[in-house]
Amino acid sequence: MTPPILATEDLTVRFGGHVAVDAVTCAFRAGELTAIVGPNGAGKTTYFNLISGQIPASAGRVLLRGRNISGQSVSHRTRAGIGRAFQLTNLFPNLSVLENVRLVVQAKAGQGFNLLSMASRHAELTDAAEGILARVRLLDNRDQVVSELSHGNQRKLEVALLIALDPDVYMFDEPTAGMSVDEAPVVLELIAALKEQKDRTVLLVEHKMDVIRTLADRIIVLHNGALAADGPPAEVMASDVVQEAYMGRELEDV
Amino acid sequence: MKAVLSGDMPRSVPLTLILGVILVCLALAPFLFPGVRTVDTAARICIFVVLVASYDLLLGYGGIVSFAHTMFFGIGAYGVALASTHMGRGFDALLVGSVAGAGVAAALALVIGLFSLRVRAIFFAMITLAVASAVAVLVSQLSGLTGGEDGLTFQTPRALGPAFKFGDELFGVKLNGKLLAYYLIFLGSLILFLLMLRVVNSPFGRVLQAIRENDFRAEAIGYRVVHYRVAATCLSAAVAALAGSLYAIWLRYVGPDTALSMEIMIDILLMVVIGGMGTMYGAVIGATLLVIAQNYLQNLMGVASGVVDGLPVLPELLSADRWLLWLGVLFILSVYFFPTGVVGRLRARK
Ligand SMILES: Nc1ncnc2c1ncn2[C@@H]1O[C@H](COP(=O)(O)OP(=O)(O)O)[C@@H](O)[C@H]1O
Ligand SMILES: [Mg+2]
Repeated sequence: MTPPILATEDLTVRFGGHVAVDAVTCAFRAGELTAIVGPNGAGKTTYFNLISGQIPASAGRVLLRGRNISGQSVSHRTRAGIGRAFQLTNLFPNLSVLENVRLVVQAKAGQGFNLLSMASRHAELTDAAEGILARVRLLDNRDQVVSELSHGNQRKLEVALLIALDPDVYMFDEPTAGMSVDEAPVVLELIAALKEQKDRTVLLVEHKMDVIRTLADRIIVLHNGALAADGPPAEVMASDVVQEAYMGRELEDV
Repeated sequence: MKAVLSGDMPRSVPLTLILGVILVCLALAPFLFPGVRTVDTAARICIFVVLVASYDLLLGYGGIVSFAHTMFFGIGAYGVALASTHMGRGFDALLVGSVAGAGVAAALALVIGLFSLRVRAIFFAMITLAVASAVAVLVSQLSGLTGGEDGLTFQTPRALGPAFKFGDELFGVKLNGKLLAYYLIFLGSLILFLLMLRVVNSPFGRVLQAIRENDFRAEAIGYRVVHYRVAATCLSAAVAALAGSLYAIWLRYVGPDTALSMEIMIDILLMVVIGGMGTMYGAVIGATLLVIAQNYLQNLMGVASGVVDGLPVLPELLSADRWLLWLGVLFILSVYFFPTGVVGRLRARK
């Protein structure tokens, strides 16, 4: 088996007395799509925050390609290959849709400290950004200011920024929540395409069972911040802990 | 044209016209408005446009509040004064003083930035206030070097003085060194302004805007936010220092009141807000409006109070001593009616 690209060891965070993520040890491999499930407040988003570095861990480590990255900044981890789409849309609200994506393309191209050329003349950046917008079906909105975009389209743009970043490890936090039935498939197709690519690692927080069934290679269950189950979808879904705690309620009715 | 303006067109007909008129007036000021006072006003406008533009890079594009901008301006001014005093008058002294001033300003900004921008933006604002006050005190204490409260009077190259003649008259304007000095100021300011315009429209400028909008996400797409903020602070400080150098060259004098006072800091804030933050062109409008108001509002009010002489209360209100009050009223009104500044307002009308 290939060595894991990303691993967490006893990863823990406490907020006051509350343990939001509780000693989670888990490894993720390239080409693997892992669904992370659990009821609201289980610690899924917080687990992501610890991996991408928004929150420092109280204990435990995050390893990327075997190297401990626990002390590193968010931007460092991003450049090292960990990318994130946020559950609560987190964009550049007064810039255009195109500019939002172009900022990501520009970051990847290492052009951020270019002070003396005109940004609008960098056709290669604009073209790449337009390519991404076409893939999420937002090309018609390219010149719109983000704050004027519909909620569903903002969610799509949130995903577009991650696709533009094209990291080794993709982390999607409820990417289709708040999208209409005709918007969600675009995003799910993109995630399926990543899986086809075989060399990307995808972590997906998702509530919809049918989505998990079609996409996931593996499911991990978080319960009160702790890892409650981990295995192939059929096995995890059949397990007692999931049947009792989630299958009947949260997973189905969200 | 597009490349000169870095693709950042005024995007509004009235704005284009106003900017065009200001440019022509400044370019031809010695010929259109001959007179010591008017040419002095024009030079002051040029210099403040650069100073305010460099502040806008920080505040309007970077979202960083600094109270040390006058200090950087002063460092450039003192740089030229000290170099001219110790090296003797000459263009070499002007160059050395300007470059050294800009270098010292950038280095100081680097230290302040690395020390405080890591923490929080508000911390940076407080630190700049403290450092600026400390430097102002230091300058007045080190009177052996800086001339203390009296400042330094120095000589600029002969070619920039009124005694130097390079021709007779052109359209009734004496062709002397003072004219050359004005054009040195004008061209220096124009180049620095266009440089700022380029920087805010460069990939770097886009990152600054992204950081202002959402620093959390900027970090999450891979930008080292602190590095960009520090770089913007250094660049802005260096340009402010160069504006200070131009000011010193123009006045042939530097002192705490002209180059370091908190009043100048307040003027910069007013200019950037009235003109419109995050637009660069706002610096042109804000600086022009305020410098003219400061120079002529007092006179105008003196005249007005003469006209209403004899009526109750009015002469008292319009007395020239009350001009600051009226400037304050103008400021409040303009912020109330044009929250996005004159430029934002003109652009929104379409
Ligand atoms: N910054 C924080 N400070 C305090 N408590 C937090 C913070 N972030 C998350 N929590 C708490 O941690 C728990 C897990 O939250 P979260 O990770 O958002 O859950 P999920 O994404 O699984 O719905 C919740 O009880 C939440 O209130
Ligand atoms: Mg969540």
